[in-house]
Amino acid sequence: MTTDNSETIMQVDVLVIGGGTAGPMAAVKAKQANPKLNVVLLEKANVKRSGCISMGMDGLNNAVIPGHATPEQYVKEITVANDGIVNQKTVMAYAQKSFDMINLLDSWGVKFEKDETGDYNVKKVHHMGTYVLPMPEGHHMKRILYRQLKKHRVKVINRFMVTRLLTGKHGELAGAVLLNSRTAEIAVIQAKAVILCTGAAGRLGLPSSGYLFGTYENPTNAGDGYALAYHAGAELSGLECYQINPLIKDYNGPACAYVTGPFGGYTANAEGQRFIECDYWSGQMMLEFYRELESGRGPVFLKLDHLAEETIDEIEVILHSNERPSRGRFHERRGNNYRERMVEMHISEIGFCSGHSASGVWVDENARTTVPGIYAAGDLACVPHNYMLGAFVYGAIAGQDAAEYCAGHEFAELDMQQIEMEKARVLAPLQRQDGITPYQMEYKLRRMVNDYLQPPKVTKKMEIGMERFSEIRDDLQYLCASDPHELMRATEMQFILDCAEMAAAASLYRTESRWGLYHYRVDYPQTDDANWYCHVQTIKGDTDQPECFKREIAPYIVELNDEEKGAYSKLRVASTSA
Amino acid sequence: MPLAYTPTNVPVTINADACIADKGCTVCVDVCPLDVLAIDMAKGTAYMKYDECWYCMPCEADCPTNAVTVSIPYLLR
Ligand SMILES: Cc1cc2nc3c(=O)[nH]c(=O)nc-3n(C[C@H](O)[C@H](O)[C@H](O)COP(=O)(O)OP(=O)(O)OC[C@H]3O[C@@H](n4cnc5c(N)ncnc54)[C@H](O)[C@@H]3O)c2cc1C
Ligand code: SF4
Ligand code: SF4
Repeated sequence: MTTDNSETIMQVDVLVIGGGTAGPMAAVKAKQANPKLNVVLLEKANVKRSGCISMGMDGLNNAVIPGHATPEQYVKEITVANDGIVNQKTVMAYAQKSFDMINLLDSWGVKFEKDETGDYNVKKVHHMGTYVLPMPEGHHMKRILYRQLKKHRVKVINRFMVTRLLTGKHGELAGAVLLNSRTAEIAVIQAKAVILCTGAAGRLGLPSSGYLFGTYENPTNAGDGYALAYHAGAELSGLECYQINPLIKDYNGPACAYVTGPFGGYTANAEGQRFIECDYWSGQMMLEFYRELESGRGPVFLKLDHLAEETIDEIEVILHSNERPSRGRFHERRGNNYRERMVEMHISEIGFCSGHSASGVWVDENARTTVPGIYAAGDLACVPHNYMLGAFVYGAIAGQDAAEYCAGHEFAELDMQQIEMEKARVLAPLQRQDGITPYQMEYKLRRMVNDYLQPPKVTKKMEIGMERFSEIRDDLQYLCASDPHELMRATEMQFILDCAEMAAAASLYRTESRWGLYHYRVDYPQTDDANWYCHVQTIKGDTDQPECFKREIAPYIVELNDEEKGAYSKLRVASTSA
Repeated sequence: MPLAYTPTNVPVTINADACIADKGCTVCVDVCPLDVLAIDMAKGTAYMKYDECWYCMPCEADCPTNAVTVSIPYLLR
């Protein structure tokens, strides 16, 4: 490999990083806000099939539709589901724009379930309100988004991943360094604004199958955006509030109680008994799930075998054609016929994801991070339980705001030294003839994440974990890649290491338990509102280590009464409590 | 720090008779989110080059000749 200084330098107004769900929407909305802007959508994979919704989606998990729910109710539900630690303004911004976004998607051709009168057919899955809108024909999502990208003349660049953001003299955004995953070409983009839409940190823990890529999240999402924001000096929030989901064991995809719940399916113990009141994914629900799994009545199952034949047929069509269509193939080999027996479930590896829990890059209600010019939207942006519709809504918010930002700002000057250092860092593994492969290092790292960070969290274990991570950091000097593809994996592996260190730091900092299983600390088992009713923020400290501090919770804009506050702590079905 | 190679059974198989990579098709390679498929120039067919599969299926769904079969990776099956 040669490392001459001839990398391509491009100039664009708005650079959207990640073309999954939030990204295409952000790019289209930036273009709509100002068609003269030069907007580039950059994607590590190919926008035609990238991200969580690559094959489609089973439904909207959080639709706020007039007549079924109000924005205020939704803000309450999420405040309670997230144990009070929310910046309500961000949730409200989502809730108020949710219905318009559904209508926009509907007008683009996305098919939502409707009743005889043409109304959206919303179902109740959450503990308090009604928010789930099925999309039995949800497999055209990516095609529909692609059409809009073409229509709005968004320039798309596939198979380049961003490895670092570049900053200017005042800490503001200046651009990004890119790596081509097929040629190892390095490129530089100077930009006025970037919108991070790189999804969850899905390769943090190791799935119990041991297969590195058998994760719940699309494994392309290795936590890149979390590390990019961190190194650019942005604040991250709630990283101790992990994502942990209840899934089909080994297959590691959703079972999926949201789809089957409205048909009468539910999560049960080995005796076929329902043990949680509500199947909506929350930390509190996961703690009950975990307890049942580990109990004498475990493990846990998805129960459908009591349903009528036609109902199961209908469920099967949805579950085996949308979202994760290989589910059916998995069941076939295991002899899992929904009609005859329950399907074994398990809990996922840990990750960061605000789409499902609340771990993300800190943003305000305009999708702005704490670094001027850097925006974040989707799973990696800290708006709790935001899911797919939240990714679309915040993508739109970010696109519009970034377009306005461009009007008032010039390009920041690129720092050539930053670029040279980054180039050397990224390409180093390719220059080594031998050493340790990205797979080995990633496997070991993620196995250590399981051993030391996975809840129940124990202080001493997490401290030992930190020591192991720092040894792996020392080993980076031996990391070697034999081709550009492996170099992509080597780069991702370093993002995962950053995330592991942040996860440990934030978890150790919050000395209480909160969010059920997500932050269950065995040696601090109580929730301590007196000291910890606050956000925990993480930034890159002066010594290049993650540093944590408290951030006050902004006054609520929707008040809750005491009964509402306690709603999610009463999830266990009374007759099954020990 | 010398290296050795450990063979592994991959989850995606291509029907060589049906594959038209020799006529210039690269659809499955293009759509794979993990970028783990490639074209074998000598044989004129697609193949799975890296065992890093999310069993997500765009490769199978988008292949114009139905040449791709995705199985569940052995460790999960
Ligand atoms: C299996 C599964 C089922 C789900 N089911 C539902 C459901 O039924 N309903 C619902 O509402 N939500 C559901 N969700 C959640 C929902 O899909 C996500 O919240 C949403 O799609 C997240 O969008 P995103 O844009 O943040 O991430 P994604 O759509 O994953 O996009 C991230 C993109 O960034 C790219 N990228 C990553 N790193 C880089 C880099 N360094 N440089 C360039 N590009 C990069 C990736 O390739 C990817 O295309 C589900 C999620 C999963 C995983
Ligand atoms: S998409 Fe099908 S025909 Fe085209 S290269 Fe792949 S396997 Fe061959
Ligand atoms: S199933 Fe998905 S990850 Fe596996 S080869 Fe096909 S497109 Fe790629």
